[in-house]
Amino acid sequence: MLKIDNVSFSIKEKGKTIWILKNISLEFQPGKNYILTGANGCGKSTLAKLIMGILPVTSGKIYFNGIDITNMDITERAKLGIAYAMQQPTRFKGLNAKDIISYAVGADCTSSSACEYLSKVGICAREYLERDLDNTLSGGELKRIEIASVLAREATLNIYDEPEAGIDIWSFNGLVEIFKKSLTKKNLNIIISHQEKLFKSADEIILMANGEIKTKGPAKDIIPKINDYSSICKKLEVD
Amino acid sequence: MEKVDSELLLKVADLHDIPSGAYNIRKNGKLLGRKCTAGIEITSKTDKPGIDIKIAGNVKNKSVHIPVIVTEENINDLVYNDFYIDKGAEVLIIAGCGLHNDGDIGNSHNGIHEFWIGENAVVRYVEKHYAEGVLTTNKVLNPSTIVHMAKNSKFVMETAQLGGVTSTERLTSAELDDGASLEIKESILTEYNQTATTKFEVNLNGINARANVVSRSVAKGNSSQTFISNVNGNNVSFGHVECDAIVVDNGKVASIPALKNTHPDAELSHEAFIGKIAGEQLIKLQTLGLTKAEAEKAILDGFLK
Repeated sequence: MLKIDNVSFSIKEKGKTIWILKNISLEFQPGKNYILTGANGCGKSTLAKLIMGILPVTSGKIYFNGIDITNMDITERAKLGIAYAMQQPTRFKGLNAKDIISYAVGADCTSSSACEYLSKVGICAREYLERDLDNTLSGGELKRIEIASVLAREATLNIYDEPEAGIDIWSFNGLVEIFKKSLTKKNLNIIISHQEKLFKSADEIILMANGEIKTKGPAKDIIPKINDYSSICKKLEVD
Repeated sequence: MEKVDSELLLKVADLHDIPSGAYNIRKNGKLLGRKCTAGIEITSKTDKPGIDIKIAGNVKNKSVHIPVIVTEENINDLVYNDFYIDKGAEVLIIAGCGLHNDGDIGNSHNGIHEFWIGENAVVRYVEKHYAEGVLTTNKVLNPSTIVHMAKNSKFVMETAQLGGVTSTERLTSAELDDGASLEIKESILTEYNQTATTKFEVNLNGINARANVVSRSVAKGNSSQTFISNVNGNNVSFGHVECDAIVVDNGKVASIPALKNTHPDAELSHEAFIGKIAGEQLIKLQTLGLTKAEAEKAILDGFLK
């Protein structure tokens, strides 16, 4: 369904080329929960942004359902069925939760259907519908609305960048269930996470370090060995 | 009514038809229609253009529409409208002005509205401004709103300039007695070479008087806006001013807030932001399937909503 073919990404800083991602090749199949993990700064979010088209690849190709989407913009990718929950949700003055859910659904959304999506992420929906997504909402509240907006897309590929960030432990348990339940034979989730609980709910885990894929495989095979990679991750943090 | 009249009235006063409640509709400097209802009396002034609107204290949850439209060139309309709201009344007043001009000579409307709000009265005042027609012909709107608020009264003012106005000078001043509460929400859109100046002068004279002034503006093209707010805490009181502006193209905005206390227990604050649409806002809406242009429109419409 999603194929990342030898993708690299670099930036220029003070005249030097810095490689953030190097020769990433991955394939993702429908019906699975994938966890993308690794130390801070290893390139997980960058990879997610390349898939969504927020950043352009420096080299390599990205295919979605056999279509080369490498040069498509964000909107085109969204319309093809890729959805993305930001690590740090955006605040809007003048747009409320119902507006965002309506845009996600692609039509004017009734209050009850907007409520349905917000209820899935455990917030008292009626209370939130008319509230602007501004500074009056906490980070955790915004995060849950962000996740609800992706659920409302009912997309084929759902990318969640650290969905647990800012979410309380009780709501987090519910999120694990949501990701499981949202999965069908036709869609897939790529979840960037550091949470062991999410690892356990994954079908496959991909471990990144220093802009490269260090290992990948079924969760049952990777989880027992995850501590073996701590030296790589620690070293990277020092680097 | 002609089609252009209906369209303007819908735009500035949300009127699909003649309102069921009290109303006074003015067109091209003349009375188009008027209706008084129980407790709401509207009379023409005899010494100058304009009307007196008297709301009795027993009026609750009623509305008054007083829109003005100018549809011909070379008309410079001026009205003095005075509102007398008795103690305890609760009323919605919908004003608004629409200009249409297909000619070469400009037109304008200057509305000077003065409110005397009795004790414990609650007034919601909605005022929308809009102009359309030949782009190069001047269409000018200059509203003045002067508010005298008695003890524990409440005045909510929602004012919006929807677009098309070549230039505007907007003045709002308010005097608040003990426990009075003033809430102003203003939104202004300017485009092309349009200019807008908006000035607020708020005097918190009474104990526990409260004022909250929120202005949101969008300046597109080569348009420019100036926002001036003076809030004076003359007693134990609370005042807050907020000015947020989004600039598009070469739009320019100046925000000049001034807070002054003459009483040590006055609590006054302001916050302001001027900048372009945040990139991550566009990205978020694009990930939901909107094009960049659609995302920009959604953000600006929401911001001015």
